Amino acid sequence: MIMASICRALHILKHYRCAETWSFRSTSVIATKRWKTSSVPPKHTAPIKQSYIEDRPQFPGSKTRSWSEKLEFTQPDIYDGIPVYRVMNREGKILDQSQDPQLSQEMVTNMYRKMTLLNTMDRVLYESQRQGRISFYMTNFGEEATHIGSAAALNDKDLVFGQYREAGVLMWRGFHLEQFMDQCYANIGDSAKGRQMPVHYGSKDLHFVTISSTLATQMCQASGAAYSFKRAQNGLCVMCYFGEGAASEGDAHAALNFAATLDCPVLFFCRNNGYAISTPTKDQYRGDGIAARGPGYGMAAVRVDGNDVFAMYNVTKEARKLAVEGSRPILIEAMTYRLGHHSTSDDSTVYRSVDEVNYWDKQDHPISRLRYYMVNKGWWNDDMEKEWMKESRKQVMEAFQKAEKKKKPNPELMFSDVYDEVPLHLKRQMEEMKGHVSKYREYYPLDNFEKWDS
Amino acid sequence: MNLFQSLTNAMDIALASDPSAVVFGEDVSFGGVFRCTVGLKDKYGADRVFNTPLSEQGIVAFGIGMAVAGSTAVAEIQFADYIFPGFDQIVNEAAKFRYRSGSLFECGGLTIRAPCGAVGHGALYHSQSPEAFFAHVPGLKVVIPRGPIQAKGLLLSCIRDRNPCIFFEPKILYRSAIEEVPLKDYTLPLSKAEVLDEGTNVTLVGWGTQVHRLREVAQMAHEKLKVKCEVIDLRTVLPWDVDTVAESVCKTGRCIVAHEAPITQGFGAEVAATIQNECFLNLEAPVLRVCGYDTPFPHIYEPYYMPDKWRCFEAIKKVINY
Repeated sequence: MIMASICRALHILKHYRCAETWSFRSTSVIATKRWKTSSVPPKHTAPIKQSYIEDRPQFPGSKTRSWSEKLEFTQPDIYDGIPVYRVMNREGKILDQSQDPQLSQEMVTNMYRKMTLLNTMDRVLYESQRQGRISFYMTNFGEEATHIGSAAALNDKDLVFGQYREAGVLMWRGFHLEQFMDQCYANIGDSAKGRQMPVHYGSKDLHFVTISSTLATQMCQASGAAYSFKRAQNGLCVMCYFGEGAASEGDAHAALNFAATLDCPVLFFCRNNGYAISTPTKDQYRGDGIAARGPGYGMAAVRVDGNDVFAMYNVTKEARKLAVEGSRPILIEAMTYRLGHHSTSDDSTVYRSVDEVNYWDKQDHPISRLRYYMVNKGWWNDDMEKEWMKESRKQVMEAFQKAEKKKKPNPELMFSDVYDEVPLHLKRQMEEMKGHVSKYREYYPLDNFEKWDS
Repeated sequence: MNLFQSLTNAMDIALASDPSAVVFGEDVSFGGVFRCTVGLKDKYGADRVFNTPLSEQGIVAFGIGMAVAGSTAVAEIQFADYIFPGFDQIVNEAAKFRYRSGSLFECGGLTIRAPCGAVGHGALYHSQSPEAFFAHVPGLKVVIPRGPIQAKGLLLSCIRDRNPCIFFEPKILYRSAIEEVPLKDYTLPLSKAEVLDEGTNVTLVGWGTQVHRLREVAQMAHEKLKVKCEVIDLRTVLPWDVDTVAESVCKTGRCIVAHEAPITQGFGAEVAATIQNECFLNLEAPVLRVCGYDTPFPHIYEPYYMPDKWRCFEAIKKVINY
């Protein structure tokens, strides 16, 4: 009699446990989209005992598989910081031969030329702003390797969303010097029709989404674009660059979380250059940089030496493979140093020491490091350097002079592209502007602009 | 169909006719908290109708990104009151994407749907009508339907329009407004107001739920005052149909604009200023605005807050007797 009731009780328990296991599993399948365990409820008795004995947390909100009877806070410094991956040292020596990407002489020389050409363009345009010839400029000094190394490892059709300090990516993809200059001068050659401040480049042909000033706004847009790519199954990924300062914006949080939960093939590339204008990273965050946030979002992350173009290349290449093949986001944090001022409207000597800047300029510069490597290989020497410096300066100056001579676009272009078609009220406002300016023409800089019809 | 069913029907057609189209937001997967997306996930798959994390700035930005990459993105913000975390993405990004890039890139495939307006007991954060905030933003289209037939046609227009559109749905009408909605695929023109009741004495301008109050008031004015009101549903708040309203006011000589949102800097101010500019010689009385007061939207005081038919009726008496 007693035996029978125990059996009955066990029987009930069995059904109860089975049902619980079943419902738990099906929820977890929906929640994680992973189907590792069988969806069929177990028919034998073993799991009952197991789940009865294994007293595990069943909360839907975490991956936790164990309880703890000890009160312990997870401390932020449980490890020594995510290590910085590098391929070559400051003298351009490959440290572990297995990590040498074995790029051809032609490719490496091209990388070097693009890095230095960017540097030369920066110097000329920086000076031109100082002389009042363009209104604004932002240099890329010290971050050339992050641009060229990462861009070289992408498919040229991967869509790039940037912040503003990634001109090297465009240069790698073939944006002409004159196109850079035309945008900075906002002349008729600017494909964006002179509407934005300098360095807000964009190129449809080169799959580089037009830059906007608003920080981090591009980040979740990149997640959305990557979701589109996943649905289109086009084998491409999206690359999203941002600074460590921008990573403090709410949009960064949204971007990483959306990319992870919606399984988007996007690479988040953080340029951690130590400063957001005057704000040092100690005022920006207290965790282990940006990379440490990756696992918190359920995302693989890696930290890399941003002054090592080969490390940049390797990391981006592998991250791209993981993202496209696994349809998932990857977080890359490139450690580097912002050698130049934040922009032409900033004097960085007010908030950091000249010694600090000199260290990065003289001892650990991405361009000199690659030059050491090339010299060691016998691919580069002082004569070639001299000749290329002369040649690149000539190219930059030619483009510069051409751009300076071009007129500004027709003022009518102030009204187009607000919408796909110019709506009635804007047509009326355009006519009003033209009528007004015609009446007071001596007070407007009409000679610098293309003429409108009639 | 009621309003939520006509919206579901519109999204159903959009998803069926455009393989790149997706519908997403907070809780849309199971059908949405207002049932607007019921059945769509089962019909089109979890990759086309899906939940997002709870972040409005993320939802808007994600939609912009999808549209930039060539998809049609229909994003839902659960209540218009919660659209403000996405304000930066809407104002600085979506609205300016085409202009700033010289048309190299655009996010015209983006439509943002959000339930708006008073609902009887929504208090501060389930009642707002934020259209005027967005009407100040060149590059956006802002659309508000008054019922199921309008909702379907206007939503399909928004989804297919090559500009980012914000589509505000008066949530009190979700279940209460029922009409014979054509099942076929049809669109209604944006930036085109509709003259609902013709009249000769006063022009009444409104949008969304307010249109129904204005029609009731027009009926009352006709019966009690022998005043014939012309009722206009603006439908699109930006870019709005100035000519239809101006033409009507030139005929009637009097104009009242009414909306639920607070009066100061509400869209009624724009209508009033434009009408006095366009119809100065025809106006027989000042343009009046009957709107919400300049307070947050209150809970128990809602009946006193609303620009209801009695407040509108009083305004008609004022412009007639001016």
